[in-house]
Amino acid sequence: MAKIQLNGKKLVINSKYSILDLLKKYNLSNKKIAVEHNGVIVPKVMFKKKYLKNNDRLEIVHFIGGG
Amino acid sequence: MEDNLKKDIFKVAGKSLKSRLIVGTGKYKSLLETAKAVKASGASMVTVAVRRVNILDRKKPLLSDYIDPKKIIFLPNTAGCFTSEEALRTLRLAREMGGWKLVKLEVLGDKKTLYPNMIETIKSTKILVKEGFKVMVYCNDDPLLAKKLEENGASAIMPLASPIGSGLGLQNKVNISLIIKQSRVPVIVDAGIGTASDATVAMELGCDGVLINSAIAQANKPVLMAKAFRDAVISGRNSYLAGRMDKNYFAIASSPTKGLI
Repeated sequence: MAKIQLNGKKLVINSKYSILDLLKKYNLSNKKIAVEHNGVIVPKVMFKKKYLKNNDRLEIVHFIGGG
Repeated sequence: MEDNLKKDIFKVAGKSLKSRLIVGTGKYKSLLETAKAVKASGASMVTVAVRRVNILDRKKPLLSDYIDPKKIIFLPNTAGCFTSEEALRTLRLAREMGGWKLVKLEVLGDKKTLYPNMIETIKSTKILVKEGFKVMVYCNDDPLLAKKLEENGASAIMPLASPIGSGLGLQNKVNISLIIKQSRVPVIVDAGIGTASDATVAMELGCDGVLINSAIAQANKPVLMAKAFRDAVISGRNSYLAGRMDKNYFAIASSPTKGLI
């Protein structure tokens, strides 16, 4: 198990979980989103290869209505 | 005349836009209302914000379910950012998300007036241009600072008409005119427009476009107001191209005096 922070919320996930696995869990793998991993933007091609570990901070953002 | 109108193309950062009206997508009652208003406005570009995905509510509809980014250009905006760092982080994420480089930069300086922090804005513009972004920049109506933005590579200058969301309309026509006259990149009045006639006035001054959000979203009937703005912008542009008559202090009769009975 690994404790991570996702969009400011604490979350416990299986160890050996990639960013892609996490996106799939939240139905986000096919959506227009961007991911920041410990303050660094992760290119889409790396989602599968990037595994999450204890104390990782993850931000997933998308476009919403705005002025 | 008709030919002249056909040739009147609005181009920002090399992109031709069908409409000189750009609309914001915030403050609407629902995404359906947003989509209807955008359609009625005739806009081919809309501003959008970058925010955290709501991970607790996975079924929540998305903006892109209602407005197709393939048909309408999404212009990512840094609304709500108060430092250069926040703005840069937001736009870098936006680029990763959409894969496009055309963005709107807005670095605010004060919570009460939402007035732009021009020092941070100029600093951010320089960095973004260096990173290959095409930056449309929200700014105050100071001609010197507007020039500075252009010198630093801004793709469009977006001076405020009055504070964001205030609906106070065009408060400093002289400064906006000075900015229009000196700029070689498009000037788009952003923020503070209250009603359709304000947009016409801005367009008659010679602005290349206007950006409207609150004036449409907070009207009693947003979809009808969106249509009003579409027509107002077209009218203002045509009026500018037509060139207004001279002003006179005294009356000049419209009918000939010769042959009076």
